Amino acid sequence: MKYIEEFRNQKLAKHIAERIQHSVDPSREYHFMEFCGGHTHAIFRYGVQDLMPANVHYVHGPGCPVCVLPTSRIDLMIRLLREENVILCTYADLLRVPASERESLMKVKAEGADVRMVYSTQDALNIARDNPEREVVFFAIGFETTTPPTAVAILQAQSEQLSNFSVFCNHVLTPAAMSGLLDAPAVDGEVLNLDGFLGPSHVSSVIGSQPYEFVPEKYQKPVVIAGFEPLDVMQSTLMLIQQLNEGRCEVENEYARVVNREGNRKAQALVAEVLELRDRFE
Amino acid sequence: MCLAIPAEILSIDGDNAVVSVGDVKKTVSLALVEGVSIGDYVLVHVGYALERLDPAEAERTLAMFAELDETSTSNKDEVSEVNS
Repeated sequence: MKYIEEFRNQKLAKHIAERIQHSVDPSREYHFMEFCGGHTHAIFRYGVQDLMPANVHYVHGPGCPVCVLPTSRIDLMIRLLREENVILCTYADLLRVPASERESLMKVKAEGADVRMVYSTQDALNIARDNPEREVVFFAIGFETTTPPTAVAILQAQSEQLSNFSVFCNHVLTPAAMSGLLDAPAVDGEVLNLDGFLGPSHVSSVIGSQPYEFVPEKYQKPVVIAGFEPLDVMQSTLMLIQQLNEGRCEVENEYARVVNREGNRKAQALVAEVLELRDRFE
Repeated sequence: MCLAIPAEILSIDGDNAVVSVGDVKKTVSLALVEGVSIGDYVLVHVGYALERLDPAEAERTLAMFAELDETSTSNKDEVSEVNS
């Protein structure tokens, strides 16, 4: 498949691994956080860690908002399902996430609650159109990638006067998560030891690389926006090592085939039109 | 959750497009992109084309993967043949 297989090429992987071996300073350790679950997946699935020198370490980052969603948010939806008999539309990721009392959306679905797994906000709109007598709630979750599709659905529902469709908004932002990490206090006397970030890939296609410029400026940590294929992860690691070796500290973009500094302005405008920013999640 | 797949646009009908990934075809929304045409590759995420893929930048990145430096011991022909 074009634009996938080339970025998994074994010969090039060996070559980049060799360049990394030659670039590292053996007298120090390198700790890089890969921000996304997509990067972590590539590191484990393709054995990227095994190709790294012993002093290059990946610190696994926040992953995705599903994993860190407060339990209370799922509890609330379970209550709506049981007490208000709504149709709840959700991405599949959320189905197995544990709620309180050992519940999950999967379990309450098995008990008869009307939970519908959707691939797209368009599917949720279709369910609302097909069930005008029922309240249809879309469980909106995700970083900046899934947020624009939520905004599109809200605008469509408004223009069609689809009054039985509502959105339970759980969207969060990556730059805020990054500052949260960098501002985190020491735990048991240990501070987070980081030398740089592999920056979000598809999130950056929406918001651009510019929103991460505060990281080198304020925290003196380099960022390389990295694609999700194994060669992307490896090349970005090399670029971080080169920045450290050369005493540079900036945002670089390895994923230039999709990401630019400004991002997707149309998607950003839709989000700005429909959603408001809060300082806190809870 | 943020996984997205490069897919080729086969046809466009208003705000929707049929795209293909290998042998799989799927209708996706074009509501988030501008100025895409048939034959373009777009990143598909939760049923939406999220961004157009830039073929020239993809080539540049592949060339960067194969770059040699003075300390590299890779066989130059071996590395460059991958991109040919």
